[in-house]
Amino acid sequence: MLEGIRHTIERVRNTVERLGHNFVEGIWRVGSMARFFFLVLGASGTSFRRFRLVMREVYFTGVLSLIIIIVSGLFVGMVLGLQGFETLQTYGAQDSIGMLVALSLVRELGPVVSGLLFASRAGSAITAEIGLMKATEQIAAMDMMAVSPMARLIAPRFWAGVISMPLLAALFSAMGVFGGYIVGVVIIGVDNGVFWSQMQTAVDFRYDIFNGVVKSFVFGIAVSLIATFEGYDAPPTAEGVSGATTRTVVSSALTILALDLVLTAFMLRGDS
Amino acid sequence: MTEETLVDVDSVDFAYGRRPILSGISLRVPRGKLVAIMGGSGSGKTTLLRLIGGQLQAGKGTVSVGGKVLNELDLEGLYAVRRRMSMLFQFGALFTDLTVFENVAFPLREHTALPETMIRDLVLMKLEAVGMRGVHAMKPAELSGGMARRVALARAVVLDPMLLMYDEPFAGLDPIALAVIGRLIRKLNDALGATSIVVTHDVEESLGIVDYLYFLENGRVVAEGTPDEIRASTVPLVHQFVHGETDGPVPFHIPGEAWNVDAGIPEDQPRA
Repeated sequence: MLEGIRHTIERVRNTVERLGHNFVEGIWRVGSMARFFFLVLGASGTSFRRFRLVMREVYFTGVLSLIIIIVSGLFVGMVLGLQGFETLQTYGAQDSIGMLVALSLVRELGPVVSGLLFASRAGSAITAEIGLMKATEQIAAMDMMAVSPMARLIAPRFWAGVISMPLLAALFSAMGVFGGYIVGVVIIGVDNGVFWSQMQTAVDFRYDIFNGVVKSFVFGIAVSLIATFEGYDAPPTAEGVSGATTRTVVSSALTILALDLVLTAFMLRGDS
Repeated sequence: MTEETLVDVDSVDFAYGRRPILSGISLRVPRGKLVAIMGGSGSGKTTLLRLIGGQLQAGKGTVSVGGKVLNELDLEGLYAVRRRMSMLFQFGALFTDLTVFENVAFPLREHTALPETMIRDLVLMKLEAVGMRGVHAMKPAELSGGMARRVALARAVVLDPMLLMYDEPFAGLDPIALAVIGRLIRKLNDALGATSIVVTHDVEESLGIVDYLYFLENGRVVAEGTPDEIRASTVPLVHQFVHGETDGPVPFHIPGEAWNVDAGIPEDQPRA
């Protein structure tokens, strides 16, 4: 009896201890990431003096993500067209399909979905590349050559992500609108002029498009920071790099969704 | 050794966390010489090399290179010293995203403003010196281990450093590649008028090429001397090492729990 109680107390104590440990560890990690962020900013001079370094990374993170972004954008837009038409039809408002597709895309789906795709396509690649460079001592070798890995490796990748992300989100939205057009106008037969004019009237540049760009810019910073940090921080082993790559995708996705909520709450006007 | 000292390690202590690696170690490397640091796995020799390269900081004591005390330098000062030293990592640590040519050109592009034609000449000269000019267009992944290390050697000497450090340059090479690397280390040291430190456990190869050897065990220097003195040494560890005996001061059995504990037999119960 007494033995059983003691055993239970022991188990509870261990659980609490583990929880506390994980919590402290988590805070510690956030702190290291913030410190890392400032180190990256401090080492960014080279990236802008030698902009070719950044452009090279824009190719790997941005250009090579084009296919997945274009295809996904198209599909999402088409699905929005179908689902939107189905619902709007109930109210006899199927002419507003263009507005619905465009607003959903530029305000929410464009930045968020392209952010998620960017994290899994480019973010994971950045983490794996940096992690493997660390595991094979390439980062140490660079440091020994008196070339700062922060300035030469990390900062260009970070800025490339920040630059690529809004462009990819814009492309995603554009493709989505095109997908909605194909479904709404070409297939279902909504009037072409009504489709575009409704969209033009409803979408406000400052309120909808600009806010969408702000979102994608913030997501770009978040994903690039997480991806470079996880790679740089990865234990130099096979499991270490694979764990870091997974963490990049998972934390990026959660961060994007959480930031989206916060940003949306700040951006919505009550009166519209 | 009364010659001018280039590297001076003076009563240095170093520990990873609470695990001591080096305790009160002192050694000197005279300018122009090729010196080997030998010892078994875990004797602290790679740690010592990293202290000399400034990748690690001594807990106690001083490490100075060319009269500069590394512990007292900031990152800029350390980078200034590192521009005059080079390290060859165990597996070469070539940048896998660059060709052989671009790998060797990397330090030149980062630290000099030489015109492209001169970079081309310098890189091809260094590749010729290690016999690797023929593969200058290949990627590191296409090279064998020995070839990769020769390319890394060309990259290490491309800025004509005053100090060359080698971390296990002979590990995992076939006898021919091993002899080639050994000869190159000697040849480059003399041709460049550099000073070299080789960390290795390869007795035969290093006795054949170096000027002086230090033997490390448990973070201390236990023996030192010229190759002839080392061959004739009566220090038990050195004797075991040079003759490759399986048992001696370095025991065949790694110390652990008593037999009966690992086998799960209680102390007071006689074994059946």
